Amino acid sequence: MSDNLQILVDLLPRLGEGVLVTLELTVGGAVLALLVAFVLGLAGRARTRWARVPSRVVVEFFRGTSLVVQIFWLYYVLPLPPFYVELDPLACGIIALGLNYGAYAAEVVRGSINAVPTGQWEAATALDMGPVHRLRRVILPQAWPLMMPLFTNLLIQLVKGSALATYVSLHDLNFFIGELRKGTTETVFAYTVGLLVYFAIAYALTLVMNALEARAKNNVGQGPSLREILRLTPARVDTAEVRP
Amino acid sequence: MPDTATKPAIQFQGVGKRFGDNVVLDGLDFSVAAGDRVTLIGPSGSGKTTILRLLMTLEEANDGLILVDGVPYTHEMRGGKRVAIPEKRRSLVRRRVGMVFQQFNLFPNMSVLENIIEAPIHVLGVPKAEAIAKAEDLLEKVGLADKRDARCTQLSGGQQQRVAIARALAMEPEILLLDEVTSALDPELVADVLAVLRNIAETTDITMLIVTHEMQFAREVSNRVLMFDGGKIIEEAHPEEIFTSPKHERTQEFLRAVL
Ligand SMILES: Nc1ncnc2c1ncn2[C@@H]1O[C@H](COP(=O)(O)OP(=O)(O)OP(=O)(O)O)[C@@H](O)[C@H]1O
Ligand SMILES: [Mg+2]
Repeated sequence: MSDNLQILVDLLPRLGEGVLVTLELTVGGAVLALLVAFVLGLAGRARTRWARVPSRVVVEFFRGTSLVVQIFWLYYVLPLPPFYVELDPLACGIIALGLNYGAYAAEVVRGSINAVPTGQWEAATALDMGPVHRLRRVILPQAWPLMMPLFTNLLIQLVKGSALATYVSLHDLNFFIGELRKGTTETVFAYTVGLLVYFAIAYALTLVMNALEARAKNNVGQGPSLREILRLTPARVDTAEVRP
Repeated sequence: MPDTATKPAIQFQGVGKRFGDNVVLDGLDFSVAAGDRVTLIGPSGSGKTTILRLLMTLEEANDGLILVDGVPYTHEMRGGKRVAIPEKRRSLVRRRVGMVFQQFNLFPNMSVLENIIEAPIHVLGVPKAEAIAKAEDLLEKVGLADKRDARCTQLSGGQQQRVAIARALAMEPEILLLDEVTSALDPELVADVLAVLRNIAETTDITMLIVTHEMQFAREVSNRVLMFDGGKIIEEAHPEEIFTSPKHERTQEFLRAVL
């Protein structure tokens, strides 16, 4: 066991590099996914069929095809004729994660926008706000807190999905867990370390997302503000939580 | 009596509205003179809300024309055909029409003040300082000056509705549509909201189209009452007249039920 620990300590700097690559994949993938989600999600509610149908097709395509195949396709097929596009492995990983999880998140965006009460759209229309103004200042700030918990779920799945990048030669966390196993020849030890590190990353992200969710909710008058939460004072009791 | 030289503020010309097979309005004609206060009464489902929603472009009429100050609003006749008016032109009319809803519909992501100044600043282009000063005046008028920076979720229903009224007035509308604005309120909160509306009726010359079950309020504020049934106006009179001696049998029945 102490041998194992020694090997782990020796490998620690490289493990750190792996964590860094995993985080790069996660953050890059998440940012791209968010972008894709809003573009596809908003297009999915457009009045013209010319926006709605392509959005549907893209969403269904990326949800319906496996993430592994998508990554392999970007990595092995794109360099071939007629594409001749060579992407570095990190880009492949980020693009595949962004498109795949973006397709799921697009449904979250669409559903959350639809869940904002119609009275809000109507009140904005009655004030003669244009469609963009209405969406940006009234609807999205209310849809955002509805999206947050679902985005948190997807983000955690994305972290775990990022492990597939090992198979396009990226030296991410998953790769170094493999190295650790070879070094220690102790499968149980190596993969237990792996589980713990992935869990730690996911948990840290969950905490960040929960804080963002609290802030988003507070912005529409629900729950305590982030400052109140962090100060760990007892949650303010909203005596006049009067909603029709 | 409306001045015949000026155009009516609101004119419905043969307006028809269906939801699927349900014909709600059928060839509806009526007009409202500028500065008039008109109350619409009628049984549930007779189309009162639909009329207000058509004027707010929240619904689209299937037939006929709606004119505001004599100008076609959502559709016009061109070469004998009824064609939709583009959004740009609709918008210019829409901003002169304000509406207060039964469910208030304040924006929960904004403070009381922000609710009121949002559209004047970003739709009408009023300078911020001016919009704030105006909003503060309006809050004073509706008795909520101290709630300026409150969140709307922390207000009672009656307070929310008064903010909604201030928000509509901040656009300086020529026409104000009120759809059962006290129906969602606890009985003890109704009086404050009605007092605010009475004050607006007395101190402005805004044309008002009112749907309400508060017959006493209708009597005090309005100068005309239209009784709807089956998608048509079946009786129209001064409130004193219609409430004391309704002519149509259906009106008599309806008023017996609500008074
Ligand atoms: N969005 C809609 N879709 C389908 N039917 C509708 C819709 N809105 C209204 N209706 C129907 O149109 C008719 C008129 O409705 P409206 O709300 O205008 O009546 P109202 O006179 O305001 O009634 P109430 O006094 O109950 O408010 C009703 O039969 C209603 O079911
Ligand atoms: Mg109604």
